[in-house]
Amino acid sequence: MTWETVIGLETHVELATKTKIFCSCTTAFGGAPNTHCCPVCTGMPGTLPVLNRRVLEFAVKAALALNCQIARHSRFDRKNYFYPDLPKAYQISQLYLPIARDGAVDIRTGAGDKTIHIHELHMEEDAGKLVHDPWLGQTRADYNRCGVPLIEIVTRPDFRTAEEVIAYLEKLKETLVYLGVSDCKMQEGSLRCDVNLSVRPLGSGRLGTRTEMKNLNSFKAIARAIRYEARRQIELIEEGGRVIQETRRWDENKDASYAMRSKEDAQDYRYFPEPDLPPIQLSEDYLDALRAARPELGEEKRARYQADYGLPRCDCETITSDRALAALFEEVTALGAPPKQGANWIMGEVLGALSQRGMEPRDMPLTAPTLARLIALVGAGKLNRNTAVKVFEAVFDTDGDVDGYVAEHGLEQIGDDGLVREACARALAANPRSAADYRGGKEKALGFLVGQVMRELKGRADPQAVNAALRELLAP
Amino acid sequence: MKIDTDMVDYIAHLSRLELQPGEKRAMTEELERIVAYMDVLDRLDTQGVEPMSHVFPVKNVLREDEAAPSQHREELLAGSPGGDQEAFLAPRAVE
Repeated sequence: MTWETVIGLETHVELATKTKIFCSCTTAFGGAPNTHCCPVCTGMPGTLPVLNRRVLEFAVKAALALNCQIARHSRFDRKNYFYPDLPKAYQISQLYLPIARDGAVDIRTGAGDKTIHIHELHMEEDAGKLVHDPWLGQTRADYNRCGVPLIEIVTRPDFRTAEEVIAYLEKLKETLVYLGVSDCKMQEGSLRCDVNLSVRPLGSGRLGTRTEMKNLNSFKAIARAIRYEARRQIELIEEGGRVIQETRRWDENKDASYAMRSKEDAQDYRYFPEPDLPPIQLSEDYLDALRAARPELGEEKRARYQADYGLPRCDCETITSDRALAALFEEVTALGAPPKQGANWIMGEVLGALSQRGMEPRDMPLTAPTLARLIALVGAGKLNRNTAVKVFEAVFDTDGDVDGYVAEHGLEQIGDDGLVREACARALAANPRSAADYRGGKEKALGFLVGQVMRELKGRADPQAVNAALRELLAP
Repeated sequence: MKIDTDMVDYIAHLSRLELQPGEKRAMTEELERIVAYMDVLDRLDTQGVEPMSHVFPVKNVLREDEAAPSQHREELLAGSPGGDQEAFLAPRAVE
């Protein structure tokens, strides 16, 4: 029998606000345990939550970019559950009137284009972090993360493959980062994903029993977990078994998932409207203002770079894969660098330097004016490309002064043709064998001679000019 | 709605409460009376009335996204049992 995998995603995204959703504590990642806490986010009796204006703004911005219908009237609900990561014994979330519904995201995979439908998007607070101490039989609770604002984005069960899931998550991440509403760092948990998966005979209109997988910390883990779980369910059914609706935890080291030992499988959150927070009503003016303020997103940038700068599609994709890289490219171009030169430097030297240092583009010390200056010097024939790469390496970490470095190290390209010709003549005189080889038809010998001249001139000559001068001198 | 012992057991379990048999009986009666009181509402004709979540006509109460100092940890933990200097302690909870 041929099986079809059906997947829906619940993605939690931490919003990049300065403060928590209902109090003025910082949202900074990490920090000594319980130092980003106050009576509100630790659930002390008698405290009252007040919604952060920016959380609402970011949630609506995200919902608009994901083509959702925005609720003009929305409110919060209490999701009750008793677990020490939540000091109030309830999470403030949105169930009955979420801020947005019915969105759509277009994705592209090797199998073609597809639209993923978003069921809903809602705001909620994050829970604290627990550390279980098996020796003392105790659980230590750190509430720094408690109350950090989240949006949860729930898709319809539209995915059929792991590739589609990854394409959607990449698009989602790119969109949210370009909007500036989240940094989407999976390793810091600011983008987290639960995978709901079931299988059914291909062509069946009915959904199979699904499982939910948690603890997926990277795109790679998500793809592996999906393939593992689909296989597990198919094998189970083919052996005459039955899939049980349960929550499973992915263990990256073991490359397997296991059912969580939850004493209570039938969850009962007894949701009810949050009485401490008044409802939210959004005006058309408010929505129009946010629509107007929307920045250019990755897809739009790619189209523009192709149309306006004539860059190849794959260059556009590499550069727009990160907001900081795209910003660098646009600034360098604005400073006069030819677009293709700017793109080549970014895709080559910049990405190389970043990966060598294990650095994110947004943390890059090098600024656009520095890179633009280097490109300008190469364009003007004052630096040859190889020397420019050396200068690039030298100034990258400090965003150093390009002209100063070039002058100090005497790296400026020799523009004097006479000097180049003299050096070429010397090289021919010193290497008669190579000269004869070349004349005898060994094209390779020329490369050696170019190398000799470049060495004598300490790399400061334009290799093209050396090449031309040697050919001229060697001409019969 | 009828409140019986099974319902009380269920709610107690969700709230991680251990009730003695006597407490269970008392709780059942008490909840029964509370729910019965709410039954008064059933006498009203709510045909065509929109459900509401808040009584007061207040909406969009928002604060600016400006950080304020958090509470000193020592102070924050002062009322918590266990005497840990850094964290709140709870009996070991495993998922």
